[in-house]
Amino acid sequence: MSESKTLDQIPKGQFVQVIEVEGDDPIARRLDDLGVREGVRIEVLRRAPLGDPTVFELCHYQLCLRRSESARIRVRTLDESAPTGAR
Amino acid sequence: MTSPAIQTDSVAFQVFGLLGSPNAGKTTLFNALTGLRAKVGNYPGVTVERREGEIALENSRALLIDLPGTYGLTPISADEAVVNEVLAGHAEGVSKPDALVVVVDACSLPRSLPFIGEILREGTPICIVLTMLDELTARGGSLDFERLKASLGVPVVGVVGHKGRGIDALRRLLGDPAGWSRPSVLPPEDRAERAGWADSIAATVIETSPARHPLTERVDQIVLHPVWGSLLFLVVMVIFFQLIFSWASPAMDAIDSAIAALAGLARTALPAGWIADLVADGLVAGVGSVVIFLPQIVILFALLYLLEDLGYMARAAFVVDRLMGRIGLEGRSFVALLSSYACAVPGIMATRTIPSPRDRLVTILVAPLMTCSARLPVYALLISAFVPQRSVWGPIGLQGLVLLGLYVSGAVAALVVAAIFKRTLVPGDSLPFTMELPTYRWPTLRLWLSQVAGSAWAFIRRAGTIILAASIILWVLLNFPKVEIPDGLDGNAASAYALEHSAAGRLGHAIEPVIAPLGFDWKIGVGLIASLAAREILVATLAQVYATGGEEGDSLRQALRRDRNPETGELIFTPATVAALLVFFVFALQCTSTLAIMRRETNSWRWPAFAFSYLFALAYAASLLTHRVVTALGASDWLS
Repeated sequence: MSESKTLDQIPKGQFVQVIEVEGDDPIARRLDDLGVREGVRIEVLRRAPLGDPTVFELCHYQLCLRRSESARIRVRTLDESAPTGAR
Repeated sequence: MTSPAIQTDSVAFQVFGLLGSPNAGKTTLFNALTGLRAKVGNYPGVTVERREGEIALENSRALLIDLPGTYGLTPISADEAVVNEVLAGHAEGVSKPDALVVVVDACSLPRSLPFIGEILREGTPICIVLTMLDELTARGGSLDFERLKASLGVPVVGVVGHKGRGIDALRRLLGDPAGWSRPSVLPPEDRAERAGWADSIAATVIETSPARHPLTERVDQIVLHPVWGSLLFLVVMVIFFQLIFSWASPAMDAIDSAIAALAGLARTALPAGWIADLVADGLVAGVGSVVIFLPQIVILFALLYLLEDLGYMARAAFVVDRLMGRIGLEGRSFVALLSSYACAVPGIMATRTIPSPRDRLVTILVAPLMTCSARLPVYALLISAFVPQRSVWGPIGLQGLVLLGLYVSGAVAALVVAAIFKRTLVPGDSLPFTMELPTYRWPTLRLWLSQVAGSAWAFIRRAGTIILAASIILWVLLNFPKVEIPDGLDGNAASAYALEHSAAGRLGHAIEPVIAPLGFDWKIGVGLIASLAAREILVATLAQVYATGGEEGDSLRQALRRDRNPETGELIFTPATVAALLVFFVFALQCTSTLAIMRRETNSWRWPAFAFSYLFALAYAASLLTHRVVTALGASDWLS
């Protein structure tokens, strides 16, 4: 585990764990509905050809977010390369 | 507005609501249960599509309402609030569901569990339908049904919708909603606590987590590759456009000839006179103007649903999202705008794949700016008549450059207007861009065909009637009142005389003061009025006004070049006027079919009226500016 960053700063291939989603507005609630909440593991899968948006994998599915949304997600990087655990 | 199509005697029926997240397989399940007999409409006040269908149960029939796909019960826009309104029984003309069928993708169960908890708290009886079980197995995942039933306290059924597996069990379950088990304790109200509740259920229910779908993983390495993915996107879009643009033309030509033959048949069968004219030129031609769209619409939806069902549409949106994001739209708007290059009618219908209703509305409003194929005959006539056939640089000719310029102007205008509308017309858009990348799936033929047929039928029923009415009204305007043709006039001259004294001819004279600043005279005015039916009709109408008979050959071009103002003796089609007319056609919404389809897709006359007004204002202003600038530059030396 290392220091916290926002999800948009994480390079491709990295695993992270969500610390918190900033704000308490409809966007934060939508991200929560999509499974982006404290403790959830996310893998940064790939970026679009033009650099944005990015595909993430969480809760066994792939979600595509723009930087404007992923910048609100505070995460800590996980030192692992193979997926383990329930989520 | 309530659609009369969805009036159902709700008293005798058990009403089920079909609820679930997008991509969970709701549509497949809906079709499997209702046998494709869906009634499609709109929810009152919003552009959200509403589908209801009857389901045959063992001893009774029930009504199934397909609710818009959602990830939660906290709406973040008026359009999303539809789900809550229906659940509360507040949606006008929609029955309150007695029980809910909650569709859950078995592969992403952990994500859906908090949503299920939220629904359980609403108090309506629910049953869970787990879909994508075949995919779960393919990804090496498994879960314990009995434990899921026990921990949620509600019935759970697994189905593979496209193979029909589990549908009978679900049907039996729907026959007796009163017997559904209910949870003894409701999930926590607090979001964070509910997430904990969901996690503990997931931990007991999921035996093996699904790995990544192996095929999807392999395909995406190419399809979403920075270089290959972009190339593939371009290739798919070129093929897509090419198919709508050119594959449709043989069928459209065939329909054209069939309509002409039918009109001829009507003329020989009926005694000559205005009734024969009405049937041949009004009715038959009017029906033809509806049917002519079908080839493009069928091809468009065949491709659109194929790409959507395969899972490519989301990938295409992903690849191009950054570009569209700059103007405030998202990737899926691109496909609709591209389709509008062929024709705005299928283009506007293609906006159905855009999940955000605001993005969808903006895309609908700017779609008519994309240079549709109906503008081409107008551009071709004016360019061939007035732009010299001169090489600018090697094989690149002036005529081609002017045509390219017109195409580019339309596209640039569409993007600029979209950016402005997104900021002003539908501001406060807090909808984030969140898109699920579904697993690749083979579409089932039956579902695919039914979607295409459904869309074609919806076009005929909802827009076709308006198009038919509009073309008959225009026919009346162009042919009535009948006047005595003076002696000595016959053939083309007589029909030109009749047109000048028709209601449309008089309207052309009446609007002359308005269009005079653009350099247009009453004859162009008549052409503009007639082209409201479809832009290319300008050519035929000018041919009639100029009494040149046919649209073919040089005669019309020469007549246009020679025409002078009877009072001043000046040329009518000066370079400034030609340029202004071309620019007018770049912007103006001269198309009742587009207005009709806008009415159908937005469920209100407000938006077509707005689109017509703003595009007319834009056309007028740009046309006026062009006329002034070209006149000031004295550009007569490079044209003519």
